[in-house]
Amino acid sequence: MNAADTAFVLVSAALVLMMTPALALFYAGMVRSKNALATIMQSLAIILVITVEWMVIGYSLSFGPDHWGLIGGLDWVGLRGVGLEPHAVYATTIPHQAFMVYQCMFAVITPALITGAFAERMRFGAFLLFSLFWAVFVYSPLCHWIWGNGGWLAGLGALDFAGGVAVHVSSGAAALVAAVMLGRRRGYGTQELRPHNLPMTLLGAGLLWFGWFGFNAGSALSAGSLAVSTFVATHMAACTGGLAWMFMEYKATGKATTLGAASGVIAGLATVTPAAGFVGPFCAAMIGLLAGVGCYYGIMAKNRFGYDDSLDVVGIHGVGGCIGLLSAGLFASRAINPAGADGLFFGHASQLGIQAIAVAATIAYTLPVTWIILKVVDKLVGLRVDETGELAGLDLSLHEETAYTD
Amino acid sequence: MKKIEAIVKPFKLDDVKKALDRIGVKGMTVSEVRGFGRQAGHKEIYRGAEYQVDFVPKVKIEIVLNTEQLDEALEAIQDAARTGKIGDGKIFVYPLEEVIRIRTGETGREAI
Repeated sequence: MNAADTAFVLVSAALVLMMTPALALFYAGMVRSKNALATIMQSLAIILVITVEWMVIGYSLSFGPDHWGLIGGLDWVGLRGVGLEPHAVYATTIPHQAFMVYQCMFAVITPALITGAFAERMRFGAFLLFSLFWAVFVYSPLCHWIWGNGGWLAGLGALDFAGGVAVHVSSGAAALVAAVMLGRRRGYGTQELRPHNLPMTLLGAGLLWFGWFGFNAGSALSAGSLAVSTFVATHMAACTGGLAWMFMEYKATGKATTLGAASGVIAGLATVTPAAGFVGPFCAAMIGLLAGVGCYYGIMAKNRFGYDDSLDVVGIHGVGGCIGLLSAGLFASRAINPAGADGLFFGHASQLGIQAIAVAATIAYTLPVTWIILKVVDKLVGLRVDETGELAGLDLSLHEETAYTD
Repeated sequence: MKKIEAIVKPFKLDDVKKALDRIGVKGMTVSEVRGFGRQAGHKEIYRGAEYQVDFVPKVKIEIVLNTEQLDEALEAIQDAARTGKIGDGKIFVYPLEEVIRIRTGETGREAI
């Protein structure tokens, strides 16, 4: 047991927790003022629901003793046996519960990311049920595949340092299903659906950036040199992502926007996440550039295909997660992290194929299961608010309060 | 008696107010309004999606005055509000039938 490692992981856990309220601000600024509180409420409620879900069953399904490489067993339900002694595999220098609570914050933010796809139109009860079912039936299995002891993707040698499979690709794929199934917001294409408070969005982006150091560097699970190289790679990719996005906007319209720069930063952060602990600063910069350009085109896709992924979860987290997982197969180097693998540029071309399998498996699992969950929730309680409620705004119709007085 | 309605750029409000003060206009009513004329709104871009913003924020200044003050006031407002660029606004002048000061019941020129 190591006190510095334990302190580092606990602080990182708190940083990752903060990313969910930060995401609430990031999203809330982008919706219309009549839906600001409802948007924040989704992230807030997810912290409450998923934390309980995680400690009751989610952690056991994700990290509990393996069954067939697919899912963790129920041995750790209610944190039975998850104590203060280190676990022999997951994190050998910190109490098992520190690892558990750190992973809890990842389980929390992932369904919160999806909320951007159905912003401004989903019923609160339906949203709660969806998030709960999704955490159990999508997040936990994927988490087990890639990070669980015995998970089949991990066994294959797939690299995912801090959440390409379970967090970004999964939330992006789920967001696509949700955006298509819920349908467009009323007024889409005919009314102005402009962001109501971009400074709020930018504040959220800043806090996400800050928290992301806990997300990525914290995934080293130890306060050592790996955490440092991950920290540096994370920051580098965030900046080149923002630069690339600004450049793309400048090329397209002659102007760089604040929302664009912030989106590029988030794209860079999301994209470097799976690779952050396996790459040096120069490769991280390349990943950020790929993220800025790739995710920029990713959000343009929704205008072409006409689905209302309102706050661009597919374009940023989905596309970014895919690019990131594949990037790990290109840029990973055992010189940076001996526990990892070499990517294509370091003489191990087949790693790229393994990463592609991880991407394909995650999408192939997430799409149909998310679809089934949404169908079931729709039958149980109905997914969408009615027309009156949507026009009045979700703040008033779902929560009986408003964000702003005159 | 005349009533003037001047629609001007919001940041020109202080200049117009000072100019009217200088020529002895004793009161005004100001409201924040939105609208468009030949300027015809502007374009905003969020994550690649273009939005046409038709209604541009303006300030509407309403003043009433005696007919002999009219030309001087119109001159003052134009000088103060002009930038020379499109979107400087418009001034409307109406004949005014009656003015009543509520507190005293005075009417007409006395009440302005």
